[in-house]
Amino acid sequence: MDLTHSPSDEAFRAEARAWLRAHVPSERLPSLETEEGFAAHRVWEAELAADRWSVVNWPAEYGGRDADLWRWLVFEEEYYAAGAPGRVVQNGVSLLAPTLFDHGTREQRARVLPPMASGEVVWAQAWSEPEAGSDLAALTSRAVRTAGGWLLSGQKTWSSRAAFADRAFGLFRSEPGTPKPHQGLTYLMFDLRAPGVTVRPIGRLDGRPAFAELFLDEVFVPDEDVIGEPGRGWRIAMSATGSERGLMLRSPGRFLASADRLLALWHAQGSPASAHDRVADALIGARAYQLFTHAAASRLMEGAPAGPESSLNKVFWSEYDIALHETALELLGEEGGAADTDWSEGYVFSLAGPIYAGTNEIQRDIIAERLLGLPKGRR
Amino acid sequence: MRFLLDTEQRAFAGSLDAMLTAADTPSVVRAWGRGEHGPGRALWSRLAKAGVFALAAPETYDGVGPLPVELAVAFVELGRHAVPGPLVETVTAAVLLAGLEDPGPAERLLPALVSGEAMATVAPGPGSYALDGDAATTRLSLDPDTGGLRLSPGHGPVRPSLDPARRPTPLSPGGELLATHPPALAHALVWARLAVAAQALGLGLALLDRTVAYVGQRTQFGVPIGSFQAVKHRLADAKVALEFARPLVFGAAVTLDPADVAAAKVTACEAAYATARTALQLHGAIGYTAEYDLSLWLTKATALRTVWGSPGECRGTVLAAAARRSAALNADDRRR
Ligand SMILES: Cc1cc2nc3c(=O)[nH]c(=O)nc-3n(C[C@H](O)[C@H](O)[C@H](O)COP(=O)(O)OP(=O)(O)OC[C@H]3O[C@@H](n4cnc5c(N)ncnc54)[C@H](O)[C@@H]3O)c2cc1C
Repeated sequence: MDLTHSPSDEAFRAEARAWLRAHVPSERLPSLETEEGFAAHRVWEAELAADRWSVVNWPAEYGGRDADLWRWLVFEEEYYAAGAPGRVVQNGVSLLAPTLFDHGTREQRARVLPPMASGEVVWAQAWSEPEAGSDLAALTSRAVRTAGGWLLSGQKTWSSRAAFADRAFGLFRSEPGTPKPHQGLTYLMFDLRAPGVTVRPIGRLDGRPAFAELFLDEVFVPDEDVIGEPGRGWRIAMSATGSERGLMLRSPGRFLASADRLLALWHAQGSPASAHDRVADALIGARAYQLFTHAAASRLMEGAPAGPESSLNKVFWSEYDIALHETALELLGEEGGAADTDWSEGYVFSLAGPIYAGTNEIQRDIIAERLLGLPKGRR
Repeated sequence: MRFLLDTEQRAFAGSLDAMLTAADTPSVVRAWGRGEHGPGRALWSRLAKAGVFALAAPETYDGVGPLPVELAVAFVELGRHAVPGPLVETVTAAVLLAGLEDPGPAERLLPALVSGEAMATVAPGPGSYALDGDAATTRLSLDPDTGGLRLSPGHGPVRPSLDPARRPTPLSPGGELLATHPPALAHALVWARLAVAAQALGLGLALLDRTVAYVGQRTQFGVPIGSFQAVKHRLADAKVALEFARPLVFGAAVTLDPADVAAAKVTACEAAYATARTALQLHGAIGYTAEYDLSLWLTKATALRTVWGSPGECRGTVLAAAARRSAALNADDRRR
């Protein structure tokens, strides 16, 4: 067992740190859930991409640095320790890109990935529907064959950042009446500004338009925007959910930095004994998550599949994130009720953690049935 | 970086597990709780033969150590099988003795601990109870006035404990003075906490395994209770807690940093304790009986929480170290 990075990975860390020191904006960017904040975050993504720091683990031909998992983790630690802005490209980078690497065509990768990496085209995930949340396979929006492509109709909802994003990817029913609900689905990409698309922003808890519902009325999608084989969309889409729940969505660097900020806040408030245990638990939790990730990365580097273990991740980080923010708000006292601080923004966001990326109830079912081997019950 | 056990370490765990499974530890635990040390001693010498007590001792004293990762591997298995006796204390004594400036006591006492002929116990603080002072032959106590390390000449009556297999005893005052200010005291505490953390992790894993097996076989309302979501979700939470304690334990074994070890101790013990609560609940009334073997694991999970550093003390260690680290970082920043 070994917990040290190689000298070359440490050199990579130093390079990333130096770049971030020189480039991270000294003023906090406005919330990326606002129009001006979204625009400011795009500019930041372009700056990252210009020096190939936006997607370090991608192949160089698409704007990355061919970094392996260790370097990606190192970069993430430095990124969050430097207090760099949240990533507006997250959905595309953590969900669509891995799918395209596994199932896309060369042409799709060459066309889609570079502008995704630079923030020029920001992607939204259009999976959920009003009647298809946890039971995603119950989705009813349709893709109907037409000359040279497909016509999409129906309604999607809770699509993060779709209020300001450019394009979306989602599952559509292309063969109605199949024996099983997850058969006959097609996974495709579409333009949020195409004729027939109506985007209605939805205010989240704090009123900010963090997600949107999409109304689709015979929206044309050319064949080249179908991912994988038509009718096989479920399997293709599901291959990315492990990475959504797992480490690619929430790297340990983020929580290590949050725990350090919490510790600083605790000290700034006079180190009240009442929060002693919870501040310690935040530090310990960040370390636990980091080490858990090191073990997972070690296995992945040896070729093991991600597997249902990513459900453990999801439950852990989502509960952790809320506990950390609750502690911060409590330490802030009256100030903790203010809605315009980093901590309150983080708190509101953390509350959604147990809901998105597969609710924690669904994750607990997966853990119980697939990791502990308990009998399947009624869903 | 490769943060995984290697093949040999996994094989070591597997062989201890097989040996302990065959040894019928529940009956050993019950005998130990009655003060019958025979079966426990027999098991102890088999553990010594397997190399368990050599891991903390350096080669000069017949050991193979220090091998903290292997020690953690072994203690997970000892915890999994609820092995009784002053296991943690014997390891702690080995580290303490090996770290004395005067090699005399270690030369005299350590080889017998490594070979399993002798068991040791250590009082964690001046005047505090030592585990199994009646079974141990090497009893180390700290002088309340001077903090000196003494070889205690005897022990007082066994005090009943929530875990019947833990038999705390006061140590008799006086005895040979081994060192005035044992320099390895803090380091020995790190090993003690690491061993407890690993033991608690193993205990929690065993509680989870037993409970998963039970809920798969017990039926109510015509179906296994393990198919009920309320039952599943409690077990899933136990799994999450244990799987996130595991890397802390092994990470602490790699770094031997006191704060990492404290973090592992509090987290593994809390995870094991929470799993014990879940195990008790999901077993229903049968879990609440002394006859049923589950009780042997349940009571130990309660005991381990508070020995060798309470949850609060361990969290304090973590916070103090983090404060030092951030002060150092800030000073670094100012120099830049
Ligand atoms: C901030 C945020 C961002 C999101 N972003 C996106 C996005 O970008 N794209 C997208 O497609 N979707 C997105 N979602 C939607 C998210 O994926 C869904 O909310 C989620 O899948 C749950 O669906 P639901 O909200 O319909 O809840 P429901 O499925 O109606 O569930 C309601 C409650 O019932 C529980 N429940 C349901 N079924 C079971 C069961 N079998 N066993 C036990 N409990 C059950 C759930 O766990 C939950 O607690 C986002 C949601 C949030 C909050």
